[in-house]
Amino acid sequence: MANFEPTIVAFCCHYCAYGAADLAGSMRLEYPPNIRVIRLPCTGKITPVFLLRAFEKGADGVYVAGCLEGDCHFIHGNLVAKPRVNYTKKLIQEVGLEPERLEMFNMSAAMGPRFAEVANEFTERIRQLGPSPLNKKMRRVDTEAA
Amino acid sequence: MNGEVKTESKLEKILRSGQFAVTGECGPPRGADAEVIRHKCKLLKDKADAFNITDNQTSVVRMSSIASAVIMMQEGMEPVMQMVCRDRNRIAIQSDILGGAALGIKNMLCLSGDHQKFGDHPQAKNVFDIDSIQLISTVRRMRDEGKFLGGDDIKGVPKLFVGAAANPFADPFEIRVPRLAKKVAAGVEFIQTQCIFNLKKFSEWMKGVVDRGLHEKVFILGGVTPFKSFGMARYMAKNVPGMDVPDELLERMKGTPKESQAEEGIKIAVETIQQLKEMKGIAGVHIMAIEWEEKVGEIAEKAGLLPRPSV
Amino acid sequence: MVVGERKPFDEITGMLEGHKKIMVLGCGGCVTVCLTGGHDEVRVLSSQLRMARDNAGNPIEIVEKTVERQCDPEYVEEVSGIVPDVDAVLSMACGAGVQYVAERYPGMPVYPALDTTFVGGSTKEGYYVEKCQTCGACKLFYTGGICPIARCSKSLLNGPCGGSTKGKCEIDPEVDCAWQLILDRLKSLNRMDLYEENMAVNDWRTNRDGGPRKMIREDFQR
Repeated sequence: MANFEPTIVAFCCHYCAYGAADLAGSMRLEYPPNIRVIRLPCTGKITPVFLLRAFEKGADGVYVAGCLEGDCHFIHGNLVAKPRVNYTKKLIQEVGLEPERLEMFNMSAAMGPRFAEVANEFTERIRQLGPSPLNKKMRRVDTEAA
Repeated sequence: MNGEVKTESKLEKILRSGQFAVTGECGPPRGADAEVIRHKCKLLKDKADAFNITDNQTSVVRMSSIASAVIMMQEGMEPVMQMVCRDRNRIAIQSDILGGAALGIKNMLCLSGDHQKFGDHPQAKNVFDIDSIQLISTVRRMRDEGKFLGGDDIKGVPKLFVGAAANPFADPFEIRVPRLAKKVAAGVEFIQTQCIFNLKKFSEWMKGVVDRGLHEKVFILGGVTPFKSFGMARYMAKNVPGMDVPDELLERMKGTPKESQAEEGIKIAVETIQQLKEMKGIAGVHIMAIEWEEKVGEIAEKAGLLPRPSV
Repeated sequence: MVVGERKPFDEITGMLEGHKKIMVLGCGGCVTVCLTGGHDEVRVLSSQLRMARDNAGNPIEIVEKTVERQCDPEYVEEVSGIVPDVDAVLSMACGAGVQYVAERYPGMPVYPALDTTFVGGSTKEGYYVEKCQTCGACKLFYTGGICPIARCSKSLLNGPCGGSTKGKCEIDPEVDCAWQLILDRLKSLNRMDLYEENMAVNDWRTNRDGGPRKMIREDFQR
């Protein structure tokens, strides 16, 4: 498990976290290569369907990164996203996944270091949790097939 | 209102003769042991004119009101059969009215009934086919017109003296007199009120009743409940819907040493009765000593209500 | 609209035990509006079911489909090409929709994914409350446009009972006392005279008590 490299999907808002990711890059801050960034026009676009599909397609962890509360480019898109993420935590729990595999973070476009910090911390969290139970099963099937 | 006596009810005769009436209450047991009722009856006998038998009060299953009433009659006392609309449809209601009357029951109290949420079977389906006001008109129609709700003739009408409850303390206050007027229009003959602790609010309600002349159309018995302890007073104030216990009463109970709180509770009840006796439009009192039947006699005695008249 | 609520997940997976390929069938009517059985919810539930079954090492294949309405044979017909290929249908419609699907496809197990809860509307997005009990004889004229049958906990036609406290029902301080609302409305309409009239014993034949009901527009009959 020590060398387990999780697959993590980060749904990032174009106006903040996505910019912060860019800035982190320009600042040459290191963050794990495990993160697959998907750009959203606003986190208000997120729905349980997106989040569930990410897990279904093999993500070990998923997070949503939106603007600081009160600073949404579309006024309250990030406040729409927050309860949806919480609701989806319950949905994945019903399926047998730990709710900690899903999280929402808030940051501004100027917070490059914060982006890297979140990416590091979340990757570490998922590494501790281990592979998604779904992936474990799939891997086992693969091995059996081999 | 003294008027013609329509039933064999002792309670009716006392009220119509203009005497101050007293009713009590007896809760049936949660089991089939008739001795529990007989024991309560021995404590209550001759301490009031008639005694309500509750009908699965607070939606907790107990021995049926009709059966308990019959046991009470065997002890030489007069029951008031309570009937709630929660558990029976109009078919069962009319059937039970006939059955109760056939067994010799002479008084009936028409109630909607507490919601089953409060009881021991919150999963139950409630009925509420008719409501308490419609129940009043149903039994009056059966008795006076000899007709079932469906319109057929009754052979052998149930001679029941018809009562209902009124809660002057529930919200909205402004419709509490009009609501009594609705019950009067439906044909109710006597009313037992919710426990009176807030006499000021009660007399405000009574003024409205008298102003509309309703006291001349229905006998009003004020409800009185003695506090056993400060804890009980606080519970009733905080947890029982539609109950109004003023702060000064709570303070009075709280300020009394624990060992004499019961005595103080009885004192308050006696004072309340004395004030009710002076109030215009009050025809009697209804003493509800909840699981404290042995004190009804003491309260009646101290309030100068004993001995009860024989009619 | 008819409001439904998704059944507990374990109850749904319990019904599907033993099935290898199913169709999750959404409904574009009321349950889409109340966010419990439409296109999006079909995708969410299907995703959950696949993951849960993968997790249990017992994968399930799911066909996701949503029709205009399930309470209409015309739309239920649309999936006739798919039904023979699956071994069960999980309907996300209200109880009416589930039955239309079951009637159309004899021999095909059709399961409900929702508990149909009430007829009502939304107070705000994602918040639904009961308004009507479909008693079949509307009394709203007498009660200021507020239904005592659906909204009074005891369905009292001559309320309020003695449990009305500060405008709330005795069963729950979160629930409005319907009769308080009725009285407020009647007062604002200057129709308190309606309150003083006793409402007669109700005729429940128009309610479900008279047996299953139907409504026929004769000019549409051929």
